[in-house]
Amino acid sequence: MSSRLKGLGLAASVLASSLMLGAPQVVAQESIYVPLFTYRTGPFAGSGIPIADGMHDYLQMLNERDGGIGGVKIALDECETGYDTKKGLECYDAVKPKNPVMVNPWSTGISLSLIPKASVDKIPVLSMAYGLSASARGDVFPWVFNPPATYWDGLAMIIRYLGTESGGLEKLKGKKIGYIYFDGGFGKEPIPLFEQMAKEMGFELKLYPVPPGEMQNQSSQWLSVRRDRPDFMVMYGWGAMNPTAIKEAVKINYPMDKFVSIWWPGENDINGTEGAKGFKMLNWHGIGTDYPALKDIQKLVVDKGLSKSPKEKVGELLYNRGVYNAILIAEGIAQAQKITGKKVVDGSDVRRGLENINLDEARFKAIGLPAFAGNLQLTCKDHNGHRAAFIQQWDGAKWVKITDFIEPMPEKVKPALDEAAKEYGEKNAGWPKRSEACDKS
Amino acid sequence: MFYRETGQFKTNYADDMAVFPILQDRIGIGLILAVAFVLIPLTGSNFLLSSVMIPFLVFSLASIGLNILTGYTGLISLGTGAFMGVGAYACYKLTTLFPEVNIVVWIVMSGFVSALVGVLFGLPSLRIKGFYLAVATLAAQFFLQWCFTRIPWLYNYNTSGAIEVGQRTLFGIDVTGAKASLEARYMVLLTLVTVLTWVASNLMHGRIGRSFMAVRDMDIAAELMGIDLLKTKLLAFAVSSYYAGVAGAAMMFLWYGGGEANDAFNINQSFLILFMVIIGGLGSLIGSFFGAAFISMLPTVLKFGLPALGIPLAGATAEHLTYILVGALIIFFLIVEPHGLARLWQIGKQKLRMWPFPY
Repeated sequence: MSSRLKGLGLAASVLASSLMLGAPQVVAQESIYVPLFTYRTGPFAGSGIPIADGMHDYLQMLNERDGGIGGVKIALDECETGYDTKKGLECYDAVKPKNPVMVNPWSTGISLSLIPKASVDKIPVLSMAYGLSASARGDVFPWVFNPPATYWDGLAMIIRYLGTESGGLEKLKGKKIGYIYFDGGFGKEPIPLFEQMAKEMGFELKLYPVPPGEMQNQSSQWLSVRRDRPDFMVMYGWGAMNPTAIKEAVKINYPMDKFVSIWWPGENDINGTEGAKGFKMLNWHGIGTDYPALKDIQKLVVDKGLSKSPKEKVGELLYNRGVYNAILIAEGIAQAQKITGKKVVDGSDVRRGLENINLDEARFKAIGLPAFAGNLQLTCKDHNGHRAAFIQQWDGAKWVKITDFIEPMPEKVKPALDEAAKEYGEKNAGWPKRSEACDKS
Repeated sequence: MFYRETGQFKTNYADDMAVFPILQDRIGIGLILAVAFVLIPLTGSNFLLSSVMIPFLVFSLASIGLNILTGYTGLISLGTGAFMGVGAYACYKLTTLFPEVNIVVWIVMSGFVSALVGVLFGLPSLRIKGFYLAVATLAAQFFLQWCFTRIPWLYNYNTSGAIEVGQRTLFGIDVTGAKASLEARYMVLLTLVTVLTWVASNLMHGRIGRSFMAVRDMDIAAELMGIDLLKTKLLAFAVSSYYAGVAGAAMMFLWYGGGEANDAFNINQSFLILFMVIIGGLGSLIGSFFGAAFISMLPTVLKFGLPALGIPLAGATAEHLTYILVGALIIFFLIVEPHGLARLWQIGKQKLRMWPFPY
């Protein structure tokens, strides 16, 4: 008994002492530390794994091919969050001493908790097309970035598309639109705008919330859908919610071409579902490996066994979403190097870098991803870009782009953004005024 | 040899009834407090404070709460998570309605709102016991969590349904909000936990605690001895929910610093705290701390501590391994000592008294 206890005590004290000394500073001087918050476990792993692989592989490819960014290696580090806010905060505290140049929370919940910390710790938060919509306002949230579009823009684009489908926005009058959403911050955020649009355009809005614990059991929601028979269904889902919703929609024979989702479902969520053909979703970037940069990833990372991704998954929708995120990381760092003239940049430099991102056609071509996505220019005022996206449809085996880029409705989204940003500042008493100077681009 | 009470005579009743009758124990508790109040904030890394100590303290408080109900009074509850939530939302509402009142006051007061709700959901405990009561408190969990999502007034109509923690000060030092230093948040929380543990200890050693334990051991016998079951059980629910409520408020304001609150108080949280109480030791305050340390600290320490020791683990692998190790350890400890870590601690102390002799 006593020897056993001694052994336990020894192990515990070794662990404790290692913690007392703090996390080790393994990061070499001549590198830029980029932590990746990922989730390969838990109910959101289905969406999290391809994204984690995409982000990791692109940055790893830069290391292999170019020796990093601007000649400085990127020190990559993964921290598992499980999409859990508590673990996300743990990860944040674990990486903070290593001077990360930015964090990518990949969870709206974690983003919301990190937003107030960003300006204090001088670590920018890049929440790509998720997080707090109001953080698009660079003058209020200098440390938070959410390009290329907010959830409100996404909703506006979906409504615009539904309008075209019905033969004009005014034809939406009298129609019934169902909204099935993840009942957390992410799914709830668009509701006020949705309700306002319903009032202005005269359509009826039906809400079908899916609680986080019930993502894999949506029969009651879809029973209501069957009863209400909405003309269109709009979905804001993530993780296990997406495949379940698609399966349930098929089960109740909901016409799949009337079912439009925000940009988060991936191939994993729909592949193998008999009858899911016709399902539509927003997207803003290319799919597949027909780009020089992705070929490089295959050659330099995947074939060398440096990636966790299976070969055939490279180039899938969410994998490329991860790549897009990694491009923003790389561009932010590259711009920061350009502006400051330093090679090893820190969080404050990368914040400036992100504000000067200018991804135009030429730049996309230069980084080996010609026509991968629409142009994106961020400024010190606009941390989002409010870029257009297109609708793609599932043809039973792959996604097919069916529309051109659809512009969001800035006239509707902007007032909502301004109000939300103002409210955020008021509620968070002591929210600092922007003190960071703007760069002239 | 060192841990022996020989020669420590008790000459009056007060000494005999003391919580720590042995001198070495008093020195020990003094040392622990000194380490917690002085050494850790001065020397601990930020990570130790923010991801190990603060969660540990919050969960300790919550498991003391549940231990009062389940361990001392014998009423099983699966609603702890929700009662924590009540505390958090109450504190949020109170501090937004009356921002001029000190936040620490509101954290302490919000426990009373939680106590009130706890009493309400404790009413069925008079008629139902054991597993059936667990199901009734499960209803509380689901109903309250539904309220956290569905009543926008609770989160001030925030579009994300998130709690936003503004900047609040105590004696001119920020204690909540992003600018609050870790040390300040830790000290406030530690003080709260210390004071509330002292209160709980006194409660449990006094008349109220004895009546709780009488109800636990046999409620009919307790009633025959003149203990009012209704009052006692409801009081247990009130005290327990009070602790849970303060823990919830502290969790949102001193640990998370705002964010999506409704999901933080889900059924998993309730289970987690029940496990802490069971593994730590039912009916033991020190067990609550052991349990909280085991369930909340251990995964963090393993996940980040093992790589720090040079064992190459990254991302998901660390997570998987943590699950396996913690699961195995739970089974190990429950087999070695089904009465929890507190009992193990007691056995250890007993052995130490005899040491170096076997008996």
